[in-house]
Amino acid sequence: MSSQKKLVVAHAPYWHDGSKISTKNYHIMIAALPAVLMGISQYGAPALAVIAFAMACAMIWEVIWNLILGKSASIGDGSAAVTGMLLGMLMPATAPWWLIALGTFIAIIVGKQIFGGIGFNPLNPPLLALAMLVISFTGIFDFNESLRHYDLGFVMTYPLADLKAFGPDAIGKFGMGDLFMGRQAGAIGSTFGLGLIVGGLYLILRGYMRWEISLSFLAGVFITALLFNLSDSAKYAGPLFHLFTGYTLVAAFFLLPEDSSSPANFIPMLIFGAMAGMMTVLIRNIGAYVDGVVFAVLLMNLCNPLLDKIRPKAIGKVVENA
Amino acid sequence: MIKRSFLGLVKPALRYNLAPGSVQELPVPNKVILLLKASENGGPPSTLKVGDAVKTGQRLSASPDSAEYVISSVTGTISAMSPHVGTLAQKYTAITIDASGQDDWDDEFNKEPTLDTALRFFEGAPGSPSFKAFADPEKTIRTVVINGMDDDLLLTANQCVVQNEAAEIKNGVDILKKMTGVERVVIAVPESLVQQASATGAELKTVRGTYPNSLPQMIMKDVLGQMVEAGDTPEDEGVVFVTAEAVAALGAAFRAGQLPVSKVVTVVGKGGSTRNVRARIGTPLRDVLQACNVSVSERDRLVLGGPMRGIATYSDELPLEPGTDGIVVQDEADSAQTTDYPCINCGECIRICPVKIPVNMLVRFLEARLYEEAAAMYDLHCCIECGLCSYVCVSRIPIFQYIKLGKYELSLIETAEAE
Repeated sequence: MSSQKKLVVAHAPYWHDGSKISTKNYHIMIAALPAVLMGISQYGAPALAVIAFAMACAMIWEVIWNLILGKSASIGDGSAAVTGMLLGMLMPATAPWWLIALGTFIAIIVGKQIFGGIGFNPLNPPLLALAMLVISFTGIFDFNESLRHYDLGFVMTYPLADLKAFGPDAIGKFGMGDLFMGRQAGAIGSTFGLGLIVGGLYLILRGYMRWEISLSFLAGVFITALLFNLSDSAKYAGPLFHLFTGYTLVAAFFLLPEDSSSPANFIPMLIFGAMAGMMTVLIRNIGAYVDGVVFAVLLMNLCNPLLDKIRPKAIGKVVENA
Repeated sequence: MIKRSFLGLVKPALRYNLAPGSVQELPVPNKVILLLKASENGGPPSTLKVGDAVKTGQRLSASPDSAEYVISSVTGTISAMSPHVGTLAQKYTAITIDASGQDDWDDEFNKEPTLDTALRFFEGAPGSPSFKAFADPEKTIRTVVINGMDDDLLLTANQCVVQNEAAEIKNGVDILKKMTGVERVVIAVPESLVQQASATGAELKTVRGTYPNSLPQMIMKDVLGQMVEAGDTPEDEGVVFVTAEAVAALGAAFRAGQLPVSKVVTVVGKGGSTRNVRARIGTPLRDVLQACNVSVSERDRLVLGGPMRGIATYSDELPLEPGTDGIVVQDEADSAQTTDYPCINCGECIRICPVKIPVNMLVRFLEARLYEEAAAMYDLHCCIECGLCSYVCVSRIPIFQYIKLGKYELSLIETAEAE
């Protein structure tokens, strides 16, 4: 039974829905653009430089790692670019070049590649890098300090720092509308609430992100902050303030739903998001750090494998009782 | 190929082709190739030799006492016999018969509707029914389900039979009841065929038109309300599945006194053109494709079955088998390619899995060849083999292939332990 024609064989299925990792990552970058463009329009060329340099560095580290290990090039999947972009979004516009180079090294090599690359990172790479940088170079991430030369026509103090130092009385000067529209001091890509929400909704509707995680995180932040606020409004700020300041929204839509470090089952996703939101407000209100998002998310990343053990019983599975 | 929808939040429903259409009769081919399962010791058939004359409907077996047989679908002479290996390493003897063009019917088939007759003549009937479960003393079969759906997308062969041959199915249901003694015969059809199916005398049930609702395990769950335990077959739960085509063939055989030698097959060309034809079992695929004006070129895929669960084959000279409901030709540019990327844990597979398997974890164990752990902890044996996980995988991991490989390796281990 020989044939002149050579046919290609493969295993079923012979159809695919056409999704790709690169497409997914490009869409994440598109979704992040509104917030990034707002940051660039506010802080000008330095902000553009930070974002561009972070993306370039992240991709270069990925290429270097691929070359050293002799692996096939993986920057085409867009994962390194997304990591670089997100890390850039979390930095102040005045971040020095060496900080970005170091940060992207931590994110790509320490955060992702030494665990085996894409899909294997137990922690969110940009957040891991940010946590290390925040601990090591406190001054640069003190937004009051690092943005002191800017006057953009709105209150140029970092809202969360004011809250930590002076309590809710000091935050009356921030209007909710201003906070929502990005008229607040902070990292390049994390202040424009409307842009982040639009980007997040885009990702959710296009199915590139798990809405359960984002929404439960926001609910966790809101409810916990509300409870604090109700218990003592003289000491704790209201829930909306917590939603629109710091890294809350960028974490909800771009950091928490990172695939490999978050759960995939329904109930674990809800717990994961809600607990991260709760931890965020706990750290902000009674912890030592000004913004609790970074450590709250990293902590929940560590719980992810345990959480994902909560799963529905497969149909047909027989549970044998001991 | 159905692509991901623009709004990805709502999972796209893969719909079966529910428009059966008419069936075109193909002429008797010049030669047929019949695949006879090799006997245990694997030797060449002792009772058959090249040059033997065979009649249409003649029962051909390797030796007088062998349980394996094929029914000749043409009258002619055996022109070649060669060993043939199936996709899962099953051994066959490929018997090539040059057809004379005239049908001279063999008269060995008697019309006594008993289980012995079924086992002796109908194991290789169109739709490849199996009557072994009825004869198995360890199994008590209470229900027979006639599947009036096709088990894959695009295909309509089985639905054609329900639409056009309801009277034969009715006859077949009576024969089936007499043969097996089973009282409850259910026919599962899509909404569109309710009218035809209600005339068959079997208990009528409807199946939703979205994939994978026509697979036996899904029909068990949704229609009969019974659960097939992991690793078991529906037969273990007392239910035997037969296709509508097999029942119609049974009915027609007892009415006419001639064994069924042809089957309906859906031929899908590269542009998506779909035709149903009736061809002799064993017809080379090339003849079927030619009759349908479907061309196959270098590097195409030739899939036996449908796009989700079919088997891509390596040659268009292979024969049409009794279980082949579809022949799909796919252009190289349209065929899904897999990659060696790892799982990124996006959870698409978990959300689409009809039996709620944690596919993200399962595939990690399968990739590491930890098959026993995969079965014990991550529900490998619950899989109903629909292929949806591979279809939606962002990393394009051949998950379905890993699952089939895992099951196959475990079955090898089990056989080795049993010996």
